[in-house]
Amino acid sequence: MTALQARFGAAIGWLLPVVILLIWEALSRAGIITENVLPAPTEVFAAFLRVLKSGDLARNIGVSAWRALTGLAIGGSIGFALGLANGLSLLSRNLTDTTLQMVRNIPHLALIPLVILWFGIDEGAKLFLVALGVFFPIYVNTLLGIQTVDPQLIEMGRTYGMDRRALFLRVILPGALPSIFVGLRYALGIMWLTLIVAETISASSGLGYMAMQAREFLMIDVVVLSILIYALLGKLADSFVRVLERLCLQWHPAFQKTAQQPART
Amino acid sequence: MPKPQLRSVDSAPISAPPAFSFQSVSRHFGEKSVLSNIDLTVPQGQFVAIIGKSGCGKSTLLRLLAGLDQPDGGQITRAPVQPGQSSIRIMFQEPRLLPWARVVDNVAVGLTGLASRSEAKARAHDLLEKVGLSDRDGEWPSVLSGGQRQRVALARALIGQPSVLALDEPLGALDALTRIEMQHLLSRIWQTQGFTAVLVTHDVAEAVILADRVIVLDAGKVALDLAIPLPRPRRHGHPDLAVYEQKILAQLFGEDGAQA
Ligand SMILES: Nc1ncnc2c1ncn2[C@@H]1O[C@H](COP(=O)(O)OP(=O)(O)OP(=O)(O)O)[C@@H](O)[C@H]1O
Ligand SMILES: [Mg+2]
Repeated sequence: MTALQARFGAAIGWLLPVVILLIWEALSRAGIITENVLPAPTEVFAAFLRVLKSGDLARNIGVSAWRALTGLAIGGSIGFALGLANGLSLLSRNLTDTTLQMVRNIPHLALIPLVILWFGIDEGAKLFLVALGVFFPIYVNTLLGIQTVDPQLIEMGRTYGMDRRALFLRVILPGALPSIFVGLRYALGIMWLTLIVAETISASSGLGYMAMQAREFLMIDVVVLSILIYALLGKLADSFVRVLERLCLQWHPAFQKTAQQPART
Repeated sequence: MPKPQLRSVDSAPISAPPAFSFQSVSRHFGEKSVLSNIDLTVPQGQFVAIIGKSGCGKSTLLRLLAGLDQPDGGQITRAPVQPGQSSIRIMFQEPRLLPWARVVDNVAVGLTGLASRSEAKARAHDLLEKVGLSDRDGEWPSVLSGGQRQRVALARALIGQPSVLALDEPLGALDALTRIEMQHLLSRIWQTQGFTAVLVTHDVAEAVILADRVIVLDAGKVALDLAIPLPRPRRHGHPDLAVYEQKILAQLFGEDGAQA
Protein backbone atom coordinates (compact mmCIF):
# COMPACT_ATOMS: atom_id res chain seq x y z
CA MET A 1 0.00 0.00 0.00
CA THR A 2 1.41 3.41 -0.90
CA ALA A 3 1.40 6.29 1.56
CA LEU A 4 -1.25 8.08 -0.47
CA GLN A 5 -3.53 5.07 -0.44
CA ALA A 6 -3.00 4.70 3.28
CA ARG A 7 -3.98 8.30 3.90
CA PHE A 8 -7.02 7.91 1.68
CA GLY A 9 -7.94 4.74 3.56
CA ALA A 10 -7.88 6.61 6.86
CA ALA A 11 -9.83 9.55 5.45
CA ILE A 12 -12.55 7.35 4.01
CA GLY A 13 -13.69 6.50 7.53
CA TRP A 14 -14.84 10.10 7.95
CA LEU A 15 -16.88 10.07 4.75
CA LEU A 16 -19.93 8.38 6.25
CA PRO A 17 -20.25 10.70 9.29
CA VAL A 18 -20.05 13.72 6.98
CA VAL A 19 -22.73 12.31 4.66
CA ILE A 20 -24.99 11.56 7.64
CA LEU A 21 -24.55 15.14 8.89
CA LEU A 22 -25.45 16.53 5.47
CA ILE A 23 -28.58 14.37 5.21
CA TRP A 24 -29.55 15.29 8.77
CA GLU A 25 -29.19 19.01 7.94
CA ALA A 26 -31.21 18.63 4.75
CA LEU A 27 -34.01 16.75 6.51
CA SER A 28 -34.15 19.38 9.25
CA ARG A 29 -34.34 22.21 6.74
CA ALA A 30 -37.09 20.41 4.84
CA GLY A 31 -39.01 20.19 8.11
CA ILE A 32 -39.11 16.39 8.10
CA ILE A 33 -37.16 16.26 11.39
CA THR A 34 -38.80 18.83 13.66
CA GLU A 35 -36.80 20.99 16.00
CA ASN A 36 -38.21 19.50 19.20
CA VAL A 37 -37.08 16.01 18.14
CA LEU A 38 -33.62 16.76 16.83
CA PRO A 39 -32.17 20.21 16.08
CA ALA A 40 -30.24 20.69 12.86
CA PRO A 41 -26.43 20.30 12.94
CA THR A 42 -26.03 24.02 12.37
CA GLU A 43 -28.12 24.71 15.47
CA VAL A 44 -26.08 22.27 17.50
CA PHE A 45 -23.00 24.08 16.26
CA ALA A 46 -24.51 27.39 17.34
CA ALA A 47 -25.14 25.90 20.78
CA PHE A 48 -21.54 24.77 20.79
CA LEU A 49 -20.32 28.32 20.18
CA ARG A 50 -22.65 29.58 22.89
CA VAL A 51 -21.48 27.27 25.66
CA LEU A 52 -17.92 27.67 24.48
CA LYS A 53 -18.13 31.45 24.93
CA SER A 54 -19.81 31.22 28.32
CA GLY A 55 -17.00 28.95 29.51
CA ASP A 56 -19.45 26.23 30.58
CA LEU A 57 -18.18 23.79 28.00
CA ALA A 58 -14.51 23.93 28.92
CA ARG A 59 -15.30 23.71 32.62
CA ASN A 60 -17.62 20.73 32.27
CA ILE A 61 -15.33 18.86 29.88
CA GLY A 62 -12.46 19.51 32.25
CA VAL A 63 -14.39 18.12 35.20
CA SER A 64 -15.53 15.04 33.29
CA ALA A 65 -12.09 14.34 31.88
CA TRP A 66 -10.52 14.68 35.33
CA ARG A 67 -13.02 12.20 36.78
CA ALA A 68 -12.50 9.78 33.92
CA LEU A 69 -8.71 9.83 34.06
CA THR A 70 -8.44 9.76 37.85
CA GLY A 71 -10.87 6.86 38.04
CA LEU A 72 -8.95 5.08 35.31
CA ALA A 73 -5.65 5.67 37.06
CA ILE A 74 -6.92 4.34 40.39
CA GLY A 75 -8.91 1.34 39.14
CA GLY A 76 -6.44 0.60 36.35
CA SER A 77 -3.38 0.53 38.57
CA ILE A 78 -5.06 -1.67 41.17
CA GLY A 79 -6.27 -4.04 38.43
CA PHE A 80 -2.84 -4.11 36.82
CA ALA A 81 -1.08 -4.75 40.13
CA LEU A 82 -3.45 -7.55 41.10
CA GLY A 83 -3.26 -9.03 37.61
CA LEU A 84 0.53 -9.09 37.87
CA ALA A 85 0.48 -10.52 41.38
CA ASN A 86 -1.98 -13.26 40.49
CA GLY A 87 -0.22 -14.04 37.24
CA LEU A 88 3.15 -14.43 38.94
CA SER A 89 2.22 -15.95 42.29
CA LEU A 90 0.07 -19.00 42.71
CA LEU A 91 -0.48 -18.19 46.37
CA SER A 92 -1.84 -14.76 45.54
CA ARG A 93 -4.08 -16.22 42.85
CA ASN A 94 -5.51 -18.92 45.09
CA LEU A 95 -6.11 -16.32 47.75
CA THR A 96 -7.93 -13.65 45.72
CA ASP A 97 -9.08 -14.91 42.33
CA THR A 98 -12.29 -16.64 43.44
CA THR A 99 -13.41 -13.55 45.35
CA LEU A 100 -12.63 -11.29 42.42
CA GLN A 101 -14.48 -13.52 39.99
CA MET A 102 -17.56 -13.37 42.23
CA VAL A 103 -17.44 -9.59 42.52
CA ARG A 104 -16.96 -9.39 38.75
CA ASN A 105 -20.43 -10.81 38.21
CA ILE A 106 -22.10 -7.85 39.90
CA PRO A 107 -22.79 -5.15 37.30
CA HIS A 108 -20.99 -2.20 38.82
CA LEU A 109 -23.77 0.20 37.84
CA ALA A 110 -26.11 -1.77 40.09
CA LEU A 111 -24.15 -0.32 42.98
CA ILE A 112 -25.21 3.26 42.20
CA PRO A 113 -27.87 3.52 44.94
CA LEU A 114 -25.43 2.13 47.49
CA VAL A 115 -22.64 4.37 46.29
CA ILE A 116 -24.87 7.43 46.57
CA LEU A 117 -25.67 6.43 50.13
CA TRP A 118 -21.98 6.09 50.90
CA PHE A 119 -20.54 9.09 49.11
CA GLY A 120 -23.56 11.34 48.45
CA ILE A 121 -23.21 13.06 45.08
CA ASP A 122 -19.59 13.86 45.82
CA GLU A 123 -16.62 13.31 43.54
CA GLY A 124 -15.93 10.14 45.52
CA ALA A 125 -19.02 8.42 44.14
CA LYS A 126 -18.03 8.99 40.51
CA LEU A 127 -14.41 8.05 41.04
CA PHE A 128 -15.41 4.89 42.87
CA LEU A 129 -17.74 3.77 40.10
CA VAL A 130 -15.28 4.51 37.31
CA ALA A 131 -12.44 2.83 39.17
CA LEU A 132 -14.55 -0.25 39.83
CA GLY A 133 -15.69 -0.35 36.20
CA VAL A 134 -12.20 -0.20 34.70
CA PHE A 135 -10.67 -2.51 37.29
CA PHE A 136 -11.99 -5.78 35.89
CA PRO A 137 -11.09 -5.56 32.21
CA ILE A 138 -7.56 -4.55 33.15
CA TYR A 139 -7.24 -7.18 35.87
CA VAL A 140 -8.60 -10.02 33.75
CA ASN A 141 -6.53 -9.20 30.67
CA THR A 142 -3.29 -8.62 32.57
CA LEU A 143 -3.72 -11.99 34.26
CA LEU A 144 -4.59 -13.68 30.99
CA GLY A 145 -1.63 -12.05 29.25
CA ILE A 146 0.83 -13.33 31.84
CA GLN A 147 -0.66 -16.79 31.91
CA THR A 148 -0.41 -17.15 28.15
CA VAL A 149 3.23 -16.09 27.75
CA ASP A 150 4.97 -18.85 25.79
CA PRO A 151 6.47 -21.23 28.40
CA GLN A 152 9.20 -22.14 25.90
CA LEU A 153 10.41 -18.55 25.98
CA ILE A 154 10.45 -18.60 29.77
CA GLU A 155 12.48 -21.79 29.72
CA MET A 156 14.83 -20.18 27.21
CA GLY A 157 15.26 -17.18 29.52
CA ARG A 158 16.08 -19.48 32.41
CA THR A 159 18.66 -21.48 30.47
CA TYR A 160 20.35 -18.21 29.55
CA GLY A 161 20.65 -17.34 33.21
CA MET A 162 18.03 -14.58 33.53
CA ASP A 163 17.12 -13.88 37.15
CA ARG A 164 13.50 -13.30 38.17
CA ARG A 165 13.71 -9.59 37.55
CA ALA A 166 15.20 -9.95 34.07
CA LEU A 167 12.76 -12.72 33.25
CA PHE A 168 9.86 -10.46 34.20
CA LEU A 169 11.10 -7.35 32.41
CA ARG A 170 12.39 -9.01 29.26
CA VAL A 171 10.08 -11.97 28.73
CA ILE A 172 6.89 -11.96 30.79
CA LEU A 173 5.85 -8.30 30.70
CA PRO A 174 6.46 -7.76 26.96
CA GLY A 175 4.68 -11.02 26.25
CA ALA A 176 1.65 -9.94 28.25
CA LEU A 177 1.53 -6.46 26.75
CA PRO A 178 -0.78 -7.15 23.77
CA SER A 179 -3.37 -8.59 26.11
CA ILE A 180 -2.96 -5.69 28.55
CA PHE A 181 -3.72 -3.28 25.73
CA VAL A 182 -6.90 -5.17 24.89
CA GLY A 183 -7.90 -4.72 28.53
CA LEU A 184 -7.08 -1.03 28.43
CA ARG A 185 -9.29 -0.45 25.41
CA TYR A 186 -12.19 -2.27 27.00
CA ALA A 187 -11.62 -0.24 30.13
CA LEU A 188 -11.84 3.05 28.24
CA GLY A 189 -15.26 2.14 26.87
CA ILE A 190 -16.49 1.24 30.33
CA MET A 191 -14.92 4.38 31.75
CA TRP A 192 -17.03 6.74 29.58
CA LEU A 193 -20.17 4.66 29.98
CA THR A 194 -19.89 4.68 33.75
CA LEU A 195 -19.21 8.37 33.85
CA ILE A 196 -22.19 9.26 31.65
CA VAL A 197 -24.54 7.25 33.82
CA ALA A 198 -23.10 8.55 37.08
CA GLU A 199 -23.11 12.18 35.98
CA THR A 200 -26.62 11.95 34.63
CA ILE A 201 -27.99 10.54 37.85
CA SER A 202 -26.16 12.62 40.36
CA ALA A 203 -23.77 15.47 39.75
CA SER A 204 -23.44 19.21 39.99
CA SER A 205 -20.92 19.57 37.19
CA GLY A 206 -19.58 17.68 34.21
CA LEU A 207 -20.89 16.83 30.77
CA GLY A 208 -23.69 14.60 32.02
CA TYR A 209 -24.81 17.34 34.37
CA MET A 210 -24.74 19.83 31.51
CA ALA A 211 -26.99 17.57 29.46
CA MET A 212 -29.45 17.07 32.34
CA GLN A 213 -29.60 20.81 33.02
CA ALA A 214 -30.27 21.53 29.37
CA ARG A 215 -33.05 18.95 29.40
CA GLU A 216 -34.78 20.78 32.25
CA PHE A 217 -34.67 24.02 30.27
CA LEU A 218 -35.70 22.19 27.08
CA MET A 219 -32.44 23.18 25.36
CA ILE A 220 -32.37 20.14 23.15
CA ASP A 221 -29.47 21.51 21.11
CA VAL A 222 -27.21 21.41 24.18
CA VAL A 223 -28.40 17.89 25.00
CA VAL A 224 -27.42 16.72 21.52
CA LEU A 225 -24.16 18.61 21.78
CA SER A 226 -23.26 16.82 25.04
CA ILE A 227 -23.92 13.46 23.45
CA LEU A 228 -21.73 14.31 20.47
CA ILE A 229 -18.92 15.44 22.75
CA TYR A 230 -19.08 12.17 24.65
CA ALA A 231 -18.72 10.35 21.34
CA LEU A 232 -15.75 12.51 20.36
CA LEU A 233 -14.00 12.05 23.71
CA GLY A 234 -14.49 8.31 23.49
CA LYS A 235 -13.01 8.26 20.01
CA LEU A 236 -10.12 10.45 21.16
CA ALA A 237 -9.24 8.12 24.03
CA ASP A 238 -9.41 5.11 21.74
CA SER A 239 -7.16 6.76 19.16
CA PHE A 240 -4.67 7.63 21.89
CA VAL A 241 -4.44 4.01 22.98
CA ARG A 242 -4.07 2.91 19.37
CA VAL A 243 -1.09 5.21 18.94
CA LEU A 244 0.40 3.94 22.18
CA GLU A 245 -0.18 0.38 21.07
CA ARG A 246 1.48 1.03 17.74
CA LEU A 247 4.52 2.40 19.56
CA CYS A 248 4.80 -0.37 22.15
CA LEU A 249 3.95 -3.30 19.91
CA GLN A 250 6.07 -2.44 16.88
CA TRP A 251 7.44 -5.97 16.96
CA HIS A 252 3.99 -7.51 16.59
CA PRO A 253 3.28 -8.69 13.04
CA ALA A 254 -0.20 -7.15 13.27
CA PHE A 255 1.35 -3.70 13.66
CA GLN A 256 4.00 -3.97 10.99
CA LYS A 257 3.60 -2.20 7.70
CA THR A 258 2.21 -4.46 5.01
CA ALA A 259 5.32 -3.82 2.94
CA GLN A 260 7.35 -5.95 5.37
CA GLN A 261 5.24 -9.05 5.36
CA PRO A 262 7.11 -11.78 7.20
CA ALA A 263 8.88 -14.09 4.82
CA ARG A 264 8.62 -17.62 6.09
CA THR A 265 10.30 -20.72 4.82
CA MET B 1 40.64 -25.11 28.02
CA PRO B 2 42.96 -26.36 25.28
CA LYS B 3 41.17 -25.68 22.01
CA PRO B 4 41.84 -28.25 19.31
CA GLN B 5 42.72 -26.15 16.31
CA LEU B 6 43.16 -28.59 13.49
CA ARG B 7 40.82 -31.44 12.96
CA SER B 8 41.69 -34.15 10.54
CA VAL B 9 41.11 -37.86 10.09
CA ASP B 10 41.59 -38.78 13.72
CA SER B 11 39.72 -35.66 14.74
CA ALA B 12 38.11 -37.14 17.83
CA PRO B 13 40.88 -36.32 20.28
CA ILE B 14 40.36 -39.26 22.58
CA SER B 15 43.26 -38.00 24.66
CA ALA B 16 41.49 -34.69 25.40
CA PRO B 17 40.04 -34.36 28.92
CA PRO B 18 36.31 -35.07 29.14
CA ALA B 19 33.87 -32.23 28.50
CA PHE B 20 31.21 -34.14 30.40
CA SER B 21 30.51 -37.63 31.46
CA PHE B 22 27.40 -39.62 32.40
CA GLN B 23 27.92 -42.35 34.98
CA SER B 24 25.08 -44.92 35.00
CA VAL B 25 22.51 -42.15 34.66
CA SER B 26 18.83 -43.11 34.87
CA ARG B 27 15.68 -41.12 34.45
CA HIS B 28 12.11 -42.30 34.69
CA PHE B 29 8.78 -40.55 34.51
CA GLY B 30 6.39 -42.30 36.85
CA GLU B 31 6.53 -45.99 36.01
CA LYS B 32 8.08 -45.40 32.63
CA SER B 33 11.84 -45.74 32.50
CA VAL B 34 13.21 -43.46 29.79
CA LEU B 35 16.96 -43.72 30.35
CA SER B 36 18.58 -46.56 32.25
CA ASN B 37 22.23 -46.75 33.24
CA ILE B 38 23.62 -44.54 30.55
CA ASP B 39 27.41 -44.36 30.53
CA LEU B 40 28.85 -41.81 28.18
CA THR B 41 32.05 -39.81 28.23
CA VAL B 42 32.66 -37.14 25.63
CA PRO B 43 36.12 -35.59 25.29
CA GLN B 44 36.44 -31.85 24.85
CA GLY B 45 36.03 -30.65 21.29
CA GLN B 46 34.28 -33.75 20.02
CA PHE B 47 31.22 -33.57 17.77
CA VAL B 48 28.75 -36.23 18.92
CA ALA B 49 25.49 -37.01 17.19
CA ILE B 50 22.70 -38.79 19.04
CA ILE B 51 20.18 -40.74 17.02
CA GLY B 52 17.20 -42.78 18.05
CA LYS B 53 13.56 -43.41 17.37
CA SER B 54 11.01 -40.83 18.44
CA GLY B 55 10.38 -40.99 22.18
CA CYS B 56 13.55 -42.92 23.02
CA GLY B 57 14.78 -40.20 25.37
CA LYS B 58 17.10 -38.05 23.28
CA SER B 59 15.63 -34.76 24.48
CA THR B 60 15.60 -36.08 28.03
CA LEU B 61 19.31 -36.84 27.78
CA LEU B 62 20.01 -33.36 26.46
CA ARG B 63 17.92 -31.73 29.18
CA LEU B 64 19.85 -33.67 31.80
CA LEU B 65 23.11 -32.56 30.23
CA ALA B 66 21.96 -28.92 30.22
CA GLY B 67 20.84 -29.15 33.84
CA LEU B 68 17.21 -28.44 32.93
CA ASP B 69 16.28 -31.76 34.53
CA GLN B 70 17.85 -33.90 37.25
CA PRO B 71 18.69 -37.62 36.97
CA ASP B 72 16.93 -40.15 39.21
CA GLY B 73 20.09 -42.19 39.49
CA GLY B 74 23.76 -41.91 38.57
CA GLN B 75 25.88 -38.84 38.14
CA ILE B 76 26.71 -36.25 35.52
CA THR B 77 30.03 -34.46 35.75
CA ARG B 78 30.92 -31.46 33.63
CA ALA B 79 34.31 -29.87 33.11
CA PRO B 80 34.69 -26.59 35.03
CA VAL B 81 34.42 -23.42 32.94
CA GLN B 82 36.52 -20.30 32.81
CA PRO B 83 35.02 -17.00 34.03
CA GLY B 84 33.22 -15.05 31.31
CA GLN B 85 32.41 -18.27 29.51
CA SER B 86 29.12 -20.11 29.66
CA SER B 87 29.32 -23.81 30.41
CA ILE B 88 26.61 -25.31 28.24
CA ARG B 89 24.14 -23.84 25.80
CA ILE B 90 21.16 -25.63 24.39
CA MET B 91 19.60 -24.91 21.03
CA PHE B 92 16.04 -26.11 20.59
CA GLN B 93 14.07 -27.28 17.61
CA GLU B 94 12.25 -23.93 17.65
CA PRO B 95 14.38 -20.77 17.52
CA ARG B 96 12.70 -19.38 20.70
CA LEU B 97 13.60 -15.80 19.87
CA LEU B 98 11.98 -12.99 21.83
CA PRO B 99 9.55 -11.52 19.28
CA TRP B 100 9.76 -8.10 20.99
CA ALA B 101 13.54 -7.81 20.83
CA ARG B 102 15.49 -6.86 17.73
CA VAL B 103 17.78 -9.49 16.24
CA VAL B 104 20.89 -7.97 17.82
CA ASP B 105 19.25 -7.85 21.26
CA ASN B 106 18.14 -11.44 20.89
CA VAL B 107 21.73 -12.46 20.29
CA ALA B 108 22.84 -10.35 23.25
CA VAL B 109 20.54 -12.44 25.49
CA GLY B 110 23.30 -15.05 25.21
CA LEU B 111 25.56 -12.87 27.35
CA THR B 112 23.08 -12.38 30.21
CA GLY B 113 25.16 -12.09 33.35
CA LEU B 114 28.41 -12.53 31.43
CA ALA B 115 28.95 -9.05 29.99
CA SER B 116 27.51 -5.53 30.18
CA ARG B 117 24.68 -4.58 27.86
CA SER B 118 26.79 -2.41 25.58
CA GLU B 119 29.57 -4.95 25.33
CA ALA B 120 27.00 -7.66 24.64
CA LYS B 121 25.60 -5.62 21.77
CA ALA B 122 28.99 -5.07 20.19
CA ARG B 123 29.82 -8.76 20.39
CA ALA B 124 26.38 -9.66 19.03
CA HIS B 125 27.32 -7.78 15.86
CA ASP B 126 30.37 -9.97 15.39
CA LEU B 127 28.43 -13.15 15.96
CA LEU B 128 25.74 -12.12 13.48
CA GLU B 129 28.46 -11.58 10.93
CA LYS B 130 29.71 -15.10 11.56
CA VAL B 131 26.30 -16.60 10.84
CA GLY B 132 25.89 -14.41 7.76
CA LEU B 133 23.24 -12.02 9.08
CA SER B 134 25.31 -8.88 9.66
CA ASP B 135 22.85 -6.65 7.78
CA ARG B 136 19.76 -7.86 9.66
CA ASP B 137 20.67 -6.88 13.20
CA GLY B 138 18.00 -4.18 13.50
CA GLU B 139 15.12 -6.33 12.29
CA TRP B 140 12.31 -7.92 14.27
CA PRO B 141 12.47 -11.73 14.33
CA SER B 142 9.03 -11.94 12.72
CA VAL B 143 10.35 -10.71 9.37
CA LEU B 144 13.07 -13.37 9.17
CA SER B 145 12.71 -16.72 7.44
CA GLY B 146 12.81 -19.95 9.44
CA GLY B 147 16.43 -20.63 8.54
CA GLN B 148 17.48 -17.09 9.41
CA ARG B 149 15.76 -17.36 12.78
CA GLN B 150 17.66 -20.54 13.56
CA ARG B 151 20.88 -18.78 12.62
CA VAL B 152 20.04 -16.01 15.10
CA ALA B 153 19.42 -18.69 17.71
CA LEU B 154 22.78 -20.23 16.86
CA ALA B 155 24.50 -16.87 17.26
CA ARG B 156 22.79 -16.42 20.63
CA ALA B 157 23.96 -19.85 21.76
CA LEU B 158 27.53 -19.25 20.64
CA ILE B 159 28.07 -15.72 21.91
CA GLY B 160 28.80 -16.92 25.44
CA GLN B 161 31.60 -19.12 24.05
CA PRO B 162 30.08 -22.24 25.56
CA SER B 163 32.32 -25.19 26.21
CA VAL B 164 29.46 -27.49 25.21
CA LEU B 165 26.76 -26.75 22.64
CA ALA B 166 23.75 -29.06 22.83
CA LEU B 167 21.48 -29.04 19.80
CA ASP B 168 18.04 -30.65 19.95
CA GLU B 169 17.05 -31.21 16.33
CA PRO B 170 17.70 -27.55 15.53
CA LEU B 171 17.36 -28.15 11.80
CA GLY B 172 14.36 -30.45 11.94
CA ALA B 173 11.85 -27.82 10.87
CA LEU B 174 13.86 -26.48 7.95
CA ASP B 175 13.50 -27.32 4.28
CA ALA B 176 16.12 -29.61 2.71
CA LEU B 177 18.21 -26.88 1.07
CA THR B 178 18.28 -24.57 4.08
CA ARG B 179 19.18 -27.59 6.13
CA ILE B 180 22.28 -28.38 4.09
CA GLU B 181 23.29 -24.73 4.25
CA MET B 182 22.92 -24.78 8.03
CA GLN B 183 24.92 -28.00 8.30
CA HIS B 184 27.81 -26.34 6.47
CA LEU B 185 27.57 -23.31 8.73
CA LEU B 186 27.47 -25.41 11.86
CA SER B 187 30.40 -27.51 10.74
CA ARG B 188 32.46 -24.44 9.84
CA ILE B 189 31.76 -22.69 13.13
CA TRP B 190 32.49 -25.83 15.13
CA GLN B 191 35.84 -26.21 13.36
CA THR B 192 36.92 -22.68 14.20
CA GLN B 193 35.48 -22.35 17.72
CA GLY B 194 36.50 -25.63 19.27
CA PHE B 195 33.47 -26.30 21.47
CA THR B 196 32.08 -29.74 22.20
CA ALA B 197 28.93 -30.33 20.15
CA VAL B 198 26.10 -32.72 21.01
CA LEU B 199 23.59 -32.91 18.20
CA VAL B 200 20.30 -34.75 18.50
CA THR B 201 18.91 -35.54 15.08
CA HIS B 202 16.49 -37.80 13.24
CA ASP B 203 18.50 -37.59 10.09
CA VAL B 204 21.14 -40.32 9.74
CA ALA B 205 22.83 -38.54 6.82
CA GLU B 206 23.09 -35.38 8.89
CA ALA B 207 24.67 -37.27 11.79
CA VAL B 208 27.25 -38.93 9.58
CA ILE B 209 28.21 -35.78 7.73
CA LEU B 210 28.69 -33.69 10.87
CA ALA B 211 29.81 -35.93 13.70
CA ASP B 212 33.04 -37.54 14.90
CA ARG B 213 30.97 -40.08 16.74
CA VAL B 214 27.39 -41.30 16.49
CA ILE B 215 25.49 -42.66 19.49
CA VAL B 216 22.36 -44.70 18.80
CA LEU B 217 19.91 -44.74 21.70
CA ASP B 218 17.44 -47.57 21.96
CA ALA B 219 15.19 -48.64 24.82
CA GLY B 220 16.94 -46.23 27.18
CA LYS B 221 20.41 -47.58 26.50
CA VAL B 222 23.35 -46.78 24.26
CA ALA B 223 22.82 -49.36 21.52
CA LEU B 224 25.70 -48.29 19.27
CA ASP B 225 28.72 -46.05 19.74
CA LEU B 226 30.26 -45.52 16.35
CA ALA B 227 33.30 -43.39 15.48
CA ILE B 228 33.25 -41.69 12.07
CA PRO B 229 36.92 -41.06 11.30
CA LEU B 230 36.36 -39.43 7.91
CA PRO B 231 38.20 -36.29 6.78
CA ARG B 232 36.37 -32.97 6.49
CA PRO B 233 34.80 -31.31 4.63
CA ARG B 234 32.48 -34.21 3.95
CA ARG B 235 30.21 -34.17 0.97
CA HIS B 236 26.64 -35.37 0.81
CA GLY B 237 26.32 -38.62 -1.11
CA HIS B 238 29.94 -39.71 -0.72
CA PRO B 239 30.20 -43.55 -0.75
CA ASP B 240 32.30 -43.62 2.46
CA LEU B 241 29.46 -41.93 4.30
CA ALA B 242 26.99 -44.48 2.97
CA VAL B 243 28.85 -47.30 4.73
CA TYR B 244 28.37 -45.62 8.10
CA GLU B 245 24.77 -44.74 7.30
CA GLN B 246 24.09 -48.40 6.59
CA LYS B 247 25.58 -49.44 9.91
CA ILE B 248 23.40 -46.99 11.81
CA LEU B 249 20.24 -47.89 9.92
CA ALA B 250 20.92 -51.57 10.52
CA GLN B 251 21.16 -50.87 14.24
CA LEU B 252 17.95 -48.84 14.20
CA PHE B 253 15.77 -51.15 12.14
CA GLY B 254 17.58 -54.50 12.11
CA GLU B 255 19.33 -55.88 9.03
CA ASP B 256 16.15 -56.04 6.94
CA GLY B 257 15.34 -52.37 7.45
CA ALA B 258 18.77 -51.37 6.21
CA GLN B 259 18.35 -53.38 3.02
CA ALA B 260 15.01 -51.85 2.09
N1 LIG C 1 8.23 -34.20 31.69
C1 LIG C 1 7.85 -35.43 31.31
N2 LIG C 1 6.88 -36.09 31.99
C2 LIG C 1 6.49 -37.31 31.62
N3 LIG C 1 7.00 -38.00 30.59
C3 LIG C 1 7.97 -37.40 29.88
C4 LIG C 1 8.44 -36.10 30.19
N4 LIG C 1 9.41 -35.77 29.32
C5 LIG C 1 9.53 -36.82 28.49
N5 LIG C 1 8.67 -37.80 28.82
C6 LIG C 1 8.56 -39.10 28.16
O1 LIG C 1 9.84 -39.63 27.99
C7 LIG C 1 9.98 -40.25 26.74
C8 LIG C 1 11.16 -39.70 26.01
O2 LIG C 1 10.91 -38.36 25.68
P1 LIG C 1 11.94 -37.48 24.86
O3 LIG C 1 11.33 -36.15 24.65
O4 LIG C 1 13.25 -37.52 25.53
O5 LIG C 1 12.01 -38.27 23.49
P2 LIG C 1 12.85 -37.93 22.17
O6 LIG C 1 13.76 -39.04 21.94
O7 LIG C 1 13.41 -36.57 22.27
O8 LIG C 1 11.71 -37.97 21.07
P3 LIG C 1 11.57 -37.08 19.74
O9 LIG C 1 12.55 -37.64 18.79
O10 LIG C 1 10.18 -37.33 19.29
O11 LIG C 1 11.84 -35.67 20.12
C9 LIG C 1 8.67 -40.07 26.01
O12 LIG C 1 7.93 -41.27 26.10
C10 LIG C 1 7.98 -38.98 26.77
O13 LIG C 1 6.60 -39.19 26.77
MG1 LIG D 1 12.98 -34.67 21.35
